[in-house]
Amino acid sequence: MPTDALTPVKKTPIASLSRRYHFSASHRLHSEQYDEGRNREVFGKCNNPHGHGHNYVVQITLKGPVDAVTGMVCNLGDLDAFARTNLLERFDHTNLNTLDCFAERVSTTENLAIEVHTIFESFPFARLAGVHVEETSNNSFDYAGEGSTPLESMR
Amino acid sequence: MIFLTRKAEFSSAHFYWNDAWSQQENERVFGKCANRNGHGHNYTLEVTVGGEVDPVSGFVVDLKELKDILEREVVSVYDHRHLNFEVPEFKSAIPTTENIAIAIWNRLDGKIPNAKLQRVRVYEMPDLFADYYGELSAD
Repeated sequence: MPTDALTPVKKTPIASLSRRYHFSASHRLHSEQYDEGRNREVFGKCNNPHGHGHNYVVQITLKGPVDAVTGMVCNLGDLDAFARTNLLERFDHTNLNTLDCFAERVSTTENLAIEVHTIFESFPFARLAGVHVEETSNNSFDYAGEGSTPLESMR
Repeated sequence: MIFLTRKAEFSSAHFYWNDAWSQQENERVFGKCANRNGHGHNYTLEVTVGGEVDPVSGFVVDLKELKDILEREVVSVYDHRHLNFEVPEFKSAIPTTENIAIAIWNRLDGKIPNAKLQRVRVYEMPDLFADYYGELSAD
Protein backbone atom coordinates (compact mmCIF):
# COMPACT_ATOMS: atom_id res chain seq x y z
CA MET A 1 0.00 0.00 0.00
CA PRO A 2 2.66 2.58 0.82
CA THR A 3 4.18 2.16 -2.64
CA ASP A 4 1.03 3.74 -4.01
CA ALA A 5 0.46 6.18 -1.20
CA LEU A 6 0.22 9.05 -3.67
CA THR A 7 -0.57 7.45 -7.01
CA PRO A 8 -2.76 6.88 -8.80
CA VAL A 9 -5.37 9.34 -7.63
CA LYS A 10 -8.03 10.61 -9.97
CA LYS A 11 -9.04 13.52 -7.78
CA THR A 12 -6.60 16.20 -6.74
CA PRO A 13 -5.91 16.46 -3.01
CA ILE A 14 -6.64 19.86 -1.51
CA ALA A 15 -4.10 20.99 1.08
CA SER A 16 -3.38 24.19 2.90
CA LEU A 17 -0.01 25.80 3.26
CA SER A 18 0.92 28.22 6.01
CA ARG A 19 3.88 30.54 6.08
CA ARG A 20 4.97 32.85 8.90
CA TYR A 21 6.50 36.28 8.42
CA HIS A 22 8.02 38.54 11.05
CA PHE A 23 8.14 42.30 11.28
CA SER A 24 8.70 44.87 13.99
CA ALA A 25 6.67 48.03 14.29
CA SER A 26 5.50 50.61 16.77
CA HIS A 27 1.98 51.80 17.39
CA ARG A 28 -0.25 53.65 19.79
CA LEU A 29 -3.88 52.82 20.44
CA HIS A 30 -5.76 56.08 20.36
CA SER A 31 -9.11 57.11 18.96
CA GLU A 32 -9.85 60.67 17.84
CA GLN A 33 -13.46 60.04 18.82
CA TYR A 34 -12.55 59.73 22.51
CA ASP A 35 -11.23 62.48 24.75
CA GLU A 36 -7.93 62.07 26.55
CA GLY A 37 -9.47 60.53 29.65
CA ARG A 38 -11.59 58.06 27.75
CA ASN A 39 -8.62 57.02 25.56
CA ARG A 40 -6.62 56.38 28.70
CA GLU A 41 -9.47 54.41 30.22
CA VAL A 42 -10.11 52.23 27.17
CA PHE A 43 -6.58 51.63 25.89
CA GLY A 44 -4.57 51.78 29.14
CA LYS A 45 -0.81 51.63 28.67
CA CYS A 46 -1.30 51.09 24.92
CA ASN A 47 -2.36 54.77 24.87
CA ASN A 48 0.97 56.08 26.22
CA PRO A 49 1.67 59.17 24.12
CA HIS A 50 4.90 58.14 22.44
CA GLY A 51 3.75 54.66 21.46
CA HIS A 52 5.45 51.31 21.96
CA GLY A 53 6.39 48.39 19.72
CA HIS A 54 6.03 44.71 19.03
CA ASN A 55 7.64 41.92 17.08
CA TYR A 56 4.64 40.88 15.03
CA VAL A 57 4.22 37.46 13.47
CA VAL A 58 1.90 37.14 10.49
CA GLN A 59 0.84 33.64 9.50
CA ILE A 60 -0.73 33.31 6.07
CA THR A 61 -2.75 30.19 5.15
CA LEU A 62 -3.43 29.41 1.50
CA LYS A 63 -5.63 26.56 0.40
CA GLY A 64 -6.03 24.82 -2.90
CA PRO A 65 -5.38 21.76 -5.03
CA VAL A 66 -1.83 20.41 -4.93
CA ASP A 67 -0.47 20.90 -8.44
CA ALA A 68 0.30 17.48 -9.91
CA VAL A 69 3.44 18.73 -11.62
CA THR A 70 5.09 20.81 -8.89
CA GLY A 71 3.56 19.13 -5.82
CA MET A 72 2.69 22.56 -4.46
CA VAL A 73 -0.36 24.60 -3.44
CA CYS A 74 1.64 27.59 -4.62
CA ASN A 75 5.26 28.42 -5.20
CA LEU A 76 6.85 29.69 -1.99
CA GLY A 77 9.14 31.93 -4.00
CA ASP A 78 6.08 33.74 -5.38
CA LEU A 79 4.52 33.99 -1.91
CA ASP A 80 7.73 35.27 -0.31
CA ALA A 81 8.22 37.85 -3.05
CA PHE A 82 4.61 39.01 -2.63
CA ALA A 83 4.99 39.18 1.16
CA ARG A 84 8.23 41.11 0.88
CA THR A 85 6.74 43.76 -1.39
CA ASN A 86 3.24 44.03 0.05
CA LEU A 87 3.72 43.22 3.72
CA LEU A 88 7.28 43.49 4.99
CA GLU A 89 8.39 46.53 3.01
CA ARG A 90 5.21 48.35 4.01
CA PHE A 91 5.13 47.48 7.72
CA ASP A 92 8.59 46.50 8.97
CA HIS A 93 10.29 49.14 11.10
CA THR A 94 7.44 51.60 10.71
CA ASN A 95 5.09 53.35 13.07
CA LEU A 96 1.76 51.74 12.12
CA ASN A 97 -0.17 54.88 13.05
CA THR A 98 1.58 56.81 10.25
CA LEU A 99 0.42 54.38 7.53
CA ASP A 100 -2.55 55.20 5.30
CA CYS A 101 -4.46 52.10 6.39
CA PHE A 102 -4.51 53.33 9.98
CA ALA A 103 -5.30 56.96 9.23
CA GLU A 104 -8.97 56.35 10.03
CA ARG A 105 -8.72 53.22 12.18
CA VAL A 106 -7.05 52.40 15.48
CA SER A 107 -3.92 50.30 14.93
CA THR A 108 -5.15 47.36 16.98
CA THR A 109 -4.03 43.92 15.90
CA GLU A 110 -7.63 43.13 14.94
CA ASN A 111 -7.48 45.94 12.39
CA LEU A 112 -3.99 44.85 11.36
CA ALA A 113 -5.25 41.31 10.73
CA ILE A 114 -8.07 42.69 8.56
CA GLU A 115 -5.56 44.79 6.59
CA VAL A 116 -3.23 41.79 6.15
CA HIS A 117 -6.20 39.75 4.93
CA THR A 118 -7.04 42.43 2.36
CA ILE A 119 -3.43 42.42 1.17
CA PHE A 120 -3.15 38.67 0.72
CA GLU A 121 -6.59 38.35 -0.87
CA SER A 122 -4.97 39.83 -3.95
CA PHE A 123 -2.18 37.21 -4.03
CA PRO A 124 -2.75 35.89 -7.53
CA PHE A 125 -1.49 32.30 -7.28
CA ALA A 126 -3.61 30.67 -4.53
CA ARG A 127 -6.76 31.25 -2.49
CA LEU A 128 -6.33 32.84 0.91
CA ALA A 129 -7.96 30.73 3.64
CA GLY A 130 -7.18 33.05 6.53
CA VAL A 131 -4.61 35.07 8.41
CA HIS A 132 -3.33 34.77 11.97
CA VAL A 133 -1.44 37.68 13.52
CA GLU A 134 0.52 37.43 16.77
CA GLU A 135 1.17 40.71 18.56
CA THR A 136 3.00 39.06 21.45
CA SER A 137 3.41 35.42 22.36
CA ASN A 138 0.24 35.79 24.45
CA ASN A 139 -2.01 37.71 22.05
CA SER A 140 -3.04 36.55 18.62
CA PHE A 141 -5.85 37.35 16.22
CA ASP A 142 -7.45 35.42 13.35
CA TYR A 143 -9.40 36.73 10.39
CA ALA A 144 -10.80 34.87 7.41
CA GLY A 145 -12.82 37.54 5.66
CA GLU A 146 -16.21 39.07 6.23
CA GLY A 147 -18.92 36.57 7.06
CA SER A 148 -16.70 33.57 7.63
CA THR A 149 -15.43 32.28 10.92
CA PRO A 150 -11.69 31.60 10.94
CA LEU A 151 -12.04 27.97 11.95
CA GLU A 152 -14.43 27.04 9.12
CA SER A 153 -12.36 28.82 6.57
CA MET A 154 -9.04 27.37 7.66
CA ARG A 155 -10.51 23.89 7.34
CA MET B 1 -16.23 14.30 19.72
CA ILE B 2 -12.80 15.10 21.11
CA PHE B 3 -9.77 15.85 18.97
CA LEU B 4 -6.40 14.66 20.12
CA THR B 5 -3.07 15.62 18.58
CA ARG B 6 0.18 13.74 18.81
CA LYS B 7 3.52 15.09 17.62
CA ALA B 8 6.44 13.18 16.16
CA GLU B 9 9.68 14.31 14.60
CA PHE B 10 11.83 13.05 11.79
CA SER B 11 14.90 14.35 10.01
CA SER B 12 15.19 13.72 6.30
CA ALA B 13 16.93 14.84 3.16
CA HIS B 14 15.20 15.83 -0.08
CA PHE B 15 15.33 17.95 -3.20
CA TYR B 16 12.70 19.20 -5.64
CA TRP B 17 13.07 18.01 -9.20
CA ASN B 18 10.75 17.23 -12.09
CA ASP B 19 12.34 14.81 -14.57
CA ALA B 20 10.18 16.13 -17.39
CA TRP B 21 11.86 19.53 -17.15
CA SER B 22 15.30 20.83 -18.10
CA GLN B 23 17.78 21.69 -15.36
CA GLN B 24 17.16 25.37 -16.10
CA GLU B 25 13.39 25.00 -15.70
CA ASN B 26 13.81 23.04 -12.45
CA GLU B 27 16.08 25.75 -11.07
CA ARG B 28 13.70 28.49 -12.18
CA VAL B 29 10.69 26.90 -10.45
CA PHE B 30 12.29 25.30 -7.40
CA GLY B 31 15.24 27.62 -6.77
CA LYS B 32 17.81 26.32 -4.32
CA CYS B 33 15.50 23.37 -3.50
CA ALA B 34 16.45 21.95 -6.92
CA ASN B 35 20.09 21.37 -5.92
CA ARG B 36 20.58 17.68 -6.82
CA ASN B 37 22.88 17.12 -3.87
CA GLY B 38 19.82 17.58 -1.68
CA HIS B 39 19.40 19.30 1.66
CA GLY B 40 17.58 18.43 4.85
CA HIS B 41 15.13 19.46 7.53
CA ASN B 42 13.98 18.54 10.99
CA TYR B 43 10.33 17.88 10.28
CA THR B 44 7.64 18.02 12.94
CA LEU B 45 4.53 15.99 12.34
CA GLU B 46 1.25 16.68 14.14
CA VAL B 47 -1.44 14.06 13.72
CA THR B 48 -4.94 14.95 14.93
CA VAL B 49 -7.50 12.20 15.48
CA GLY B 50 -11.09 12.53 16.63
CA GLY B 51 -13.32 10.15 18.53
CA GLU B 52 -15.45 9.62 21.58
CA VAL B 53 -13.98 9.32 25.05
CA ASP B 54 -14.16 5.73 26.27
CA PRO B 55 -16.11 5.82 29.54
CA VAL B 56 -13.88 3.21 31.15
CA SER B 57 -10.38 4.24 30.08
CA GLY B 58 -11.10 7.96 29.61
CA PHE B 59 -9.11 7.76 26.35
CA VAL B 60 -10.06 8.60 22.79
CA VAL B 61 -7.14 6.45 21.71
CA ASP B 62 -4.40 4.82 23.67
CA LEU B 63 -1.55 7.31 23.29
CA LYS B 64 1.09 4.62 23.42
CA GLU B 65 -0.67 2.78 20.61
CA LEU B 66 -0.94 6.00 18.56
CA LYS B 67 2.74 6.67 19.15
CA ASP B 68 3.59 3.15 18.00
CA ILE B 69 1.47 3.57 14.85
CA LEU B 70 3.21 6.87 13.99
CA GLU B 71 6.57 5.23 14.60
CA ARG B 72 5.78 2.18 12.48
CA GLU B 73 3.94 3.85 9.59
CA VAL B 74 5.89 7.12 9.28
CA VAL B 75 8.94 7.76 11.44
CA SER B 76 10.66 4.43 10.82
CA VAL B 77 10.20 4.95 7.08
CA TYR B 78 11.12 8.66 6.84
CA ASP B 79 13.61 9.36 9.64
CA HIS B 80 17.25 9.71 8.59
CA ARG B 81 16.34 8.81 5.01
CA HIS B 82 16.54 10.59 1.70
CA LEU B 83 12.87 11.05 0.78
CA ASN B 84 13.47 11.12 -3.00
CA PHE B 85 15.54 7.95 -3.07
CA GLU B 86 14.36 5.85 -0.14
CA VAL B 87 10.64 6.47 0.38
CA PRO B 88 8.50 4.80 -2.30
CA GLU B 89 5.75 7.42 -2.68
CA PHE B 90 8.30 10.07 -3.63
CA LYS B 91 9.57 8.16 -6.64
CA SER B 92 6.48 9.49 -8.42
CA ALA B 93 5.77 12.69 -6.47
CA ILE B 94 8.00 15.59 -5.46
CA PRO B 95 8.55 15.57 -1.67
CA THR B 96 7.14 19.03 -1.03
CA THR B 97 5.67 19.71 2.41
CA GLU B 98 2.20 19.45 0.84
CA ASN B 99 2.91 16.04 -0.69
CA ILE B 100 4.50 14.79 2.55
CA ALA B 101 1.31 15.72 4.44
CA ILE B 102 -0.83 13.90 1.84
CA ALA B 103 1.42 10.82 1.87
CA ILE B 104 1.35 10.64 5.68
CA TRP B 105 -2.46 10.94 5.63
CA ASN B 106 -2.61 8.04 3.17
CA ARG B 107 -0.25 5.99 5.34
CA LEU B 108 -2.32 6.56 8.50
CA ASP B 109 -5.91 6.75 7.29
CA GLY B 110 -7.91 3.79 8.60
CA LYS B 111 -5.08 2.47 10.75
CA ILE B 112 -6.01 4.15 14.04
CA PRO B 113 -8.44 2.03 16.08
CA ASN B 114 -11.56 3.77 17.47
CA ALA B 115 -10.64 7.17 16.06
CA LYS B 116 -10.86 8.97 12.76
CA LEU B 117 -7.96 10.86 11.27
CA GLN B 118 -8.84 14.58 11.20
CA ARG B 119 -5.74 16.46 10.20
CA VAL B 120 -2.13 15.88 9.27
CA ARG B 121 0.13 18.90 9.79
CA VAL B 122 3.75 18.78 8.67
CA TYR B 123 6.22 21.50 9.65
CA GLU B 124 9.25 21.68 7.40
CA MET B 125 10.53 24.43 9.68
CA PRO B 126 8.83 26.54 12.34
CA ASP B 127 7.72 29.14 9.79
CA LEU B 128 6.37 26.78 7.15
CA PHE B 129 3.78 24.04 7.42
CA ALA B 130 1.17 22.23 5.33
CA ASP B 131 -2.18 20.84 6.50
CA TYR B 132 -4.15 18.05 4.87
CA TYR B 133 -7.68 17.05 5.90
CA GLY B 134 -8.14 14.26 3.35
CA GLU B 135 -10.05 16.60 1.04
CA LEU B 136 -10.15 15.89 -2.67
CA SER B 137 -11.29 18.15 -5.46
CA ALA B 138 -14.79 17.57 -6.84
CA ASP B 139 -13.71 16.43 -10.32
